Amino acid sequence: MSGGPIEVVERDFGELALNMGPQHPSTHGVLRLVLHLSGETVIKAIPVIGYLHRGVEKLSEHLAYDQLAPVYERDDYLAPTANSNAYVLAVERLGAIDVPRRAKWLRAFVSEWQRVASHLVWLGTLGLDLGGALGGGTTLYMYCFREREKILDFLEELTGTRYHTNFNLIGGARYDLDKTSAAKSDALAASVEAALPELWAMSGSNPIFQERTRNVGVISKDLAQGVGITGPTLRASGIAYDVRKAAPYDAYGELNFDIVTRTAGDAEARFQVRMDELAVSLKLVKQIVAGLPSGPIFTRKPLKNPKATKLPKGEIYAAVESPRGELGFHIVSDGTAKPYRLKINAPSFKNLQIVPHILPGGLVADVVAILGSLDPVLGDVDR
Amino acid sequence: MSALLTGWTGAVVFSVAVLAVAMTCVAYMTWLERKIAARMQNRIGPYEVGFPHGWLQPIADVTKLLIKEDITPRAADSLLFNLGPILVVVPALVGFAFIPVGRGLAIVDHAYSFLFFTAFASLTLLGVFAAGWSSNNKYALLSALRMVAMAASYEVPMILSLLIPALLSGSFQLTAVVEAQRGLWFIAYPVVGQVAFGVFLLCALAEGNKSPLDILDAESELVAAYNVEYSRIKFALFYAGEYAHTLAICSLAATVFLGGYLGPAFLPGVVWLMLKCVILFVLILWIRWSLMRMRIDQAIRINWMFLLPAALANLLIAASWVVRK
Repeated sequence: MSGGPIEVVERDFGELALNMGPQHPSTHGVLRLVLHLSGETVIKAIPVIGYLHRGVEKLSEHLAYDQLAPVYERDDYLAPTANSNAYVLAVERLGAIDVPRRAKWLRAFVSEWQRVASHLVWLGTLGLDLGGALGGGTTLYMYCFREREKILDFLEELTGTRYHTNFNLIGGARYDLDKTSAAKSDALAASVEAALPELWAMSGSNPIFQERTRNVGVISKDLAQGVGITGPTLRASGIAYDVRKAAPYDAYGELNFDIVTRTAGDAEARFQVRMDELAVSLKLVKQIVAGLPSGPIFTRKPLKNPKATKLPKGEIYAAVESPRGELGFHIVSDGTAKPYRLKINAPSFKNLQIVPHILPGGLVADVVAILGSLDPVLGDVDR
Repeated sequence: MSALLTGWTGAVVFSVAVLAVAMTCVAYMTWLERKIAARMQNRIGPYEVGFPHGWLQPIADVTKLLIKEDITPRAADSLLFNLGPILVVVPALVGFAFIPVGRGLAIVDHAYSFLFFTAFASLTLLGVFAAGWSSNNKYALLSALRMVAMAASYEVPMILSLLIPALLSGSFQLTAVVEAQRGLWFIAYPVVGQVAFGVFLLCALAEGNKSPLDILDAESELVAAYNVEYSRIKFALFYAGEYAHTLAICSLAATVFLGGYLGPAFLPGVVWLMLKCVILFVLILWIRWSLMRMRIDQAIRINWMFLLPAALANLLIAASWVVRK
């Protein structure tokens, strides 16, 4: 919905235009929704984005390839490594740069841990949307953050940073996993797994939660494909598309896991897909620790000058499965040390396109439930 | 003591005492709620302001609110806007005048004190509506509209469930209702008592804006709902009004279902009443901090399809039982 000012004035008597956001507790950052209401029923919803635009794609044209990976970790700030992972994949494929096998497994390892952390934030904020800050929502939120805190502590121990780990290097990984950390990872996976039933009891098994999410914001298979949504949101509509399986990257071709799908396409199905993905990811990290190949994690010559890396002329697209779906980087190289043009194919942006299609007909309370179930990250939408 | 409590001076002294105790309770209910919520959520809660366990926190909160800027939006209806918080607080506090704290000991021991109490408790909703309407804010307006729908629904089963104690005791006088429970508390009457108490508790959650029925100030949808435009002392009054209302409802439930001031003689009646209030308050908190919020249509459907028939059937059963006896 670009071009021209957004109409927020009611045209007809009896129609209330409600401006929801960019400052609103349930718009997951700075999303702005212009809702046209009849009573409490939404008859039209216009998402307005761009409040968190930081010009990352333009910035890319002014930095060297080796300087860029940390920049992208600020895009989707709930799963930072997924961004840099997609970027380094694209650069490695265009430049035909070798990546040691151990590094590939370690990338998948950190990605999966961050997927768990990201899904925990999603569940907590969905709780806030459905239960409110003065109710059971906060309790669920705190339980989720209790688990996430352990994961961030572990990542801090592994990489020195809780969040923007800067783990992915072009041609390898930055940090290695030693025996103690591996044991800690296993213990952590077990403890998060043990907390899952409690999280289910607070959310999916609760009748009120089920009532609030069942048959709410239904995305049919056709609509999902037509709009081009991705990730767990797509898989909840019955389409088994997961980049980890469809175009395996890093270690995923060698790992053994299932794609989680549901067919209902409503908010509850999206909830269930993400909850099951939590369990799948926890199994994956255990699997990676058990089968981690030995060897170096970085084989390129150490760089003195970051501008020394030059890519051949050409174009490349590489994608990973971020917690929100297919996250791709399209790089156009003109043979210099900087990208000529770089475009990020962001999953949250694609998923947000569905909003005008599924909000009308629901109540105001459904708006927050649907938004929560889509799990948009505005840093990823606006970039 | 009884000499002190007769005549105008007595009424004033008694009122001031009850008001002081009630307002202190209200202040410390916020502290208790924050502490209990924190314990449920793997947190500590207020800790820094006052040793031990942040016991000065409510005073710090009030002080902070008092030194904030007082804003009346230009587009608001300023008379109603400023009247709103008062309309919320005053009726809730007036309710305490009818609560008996000992045998025949209430500020107003009227023959219809039960009815007066429920009437005043419902008046707070008028303040909520005034605030939501006069703020001239769309979120506040939606909240006010929701309030009308919710009040029109939940008042009915609430009153019906409150008729049970009146029926069983044969009186609308709260002191008489308590005295009638000397043998057996009304909540212990098989089926009738428990159904009435359950229906009342759910309605109290709805009237007191507590999750899962906090439809009016669903802050994840309506930001801060009817008090979104309020600041400083007016906001504090809404806050106090909400807790005073909860305390009033708790004390009413304790009085009509849990035997009020009755209890073993080693503690005075007032203490028993307060203990029962605290237990009810903690029960409400337990529900509030563990459940998600219902959607407004679901909340209203539950009322008309489930609460109201249950309350009606319950009333019929109780009435026929009383008549047969």
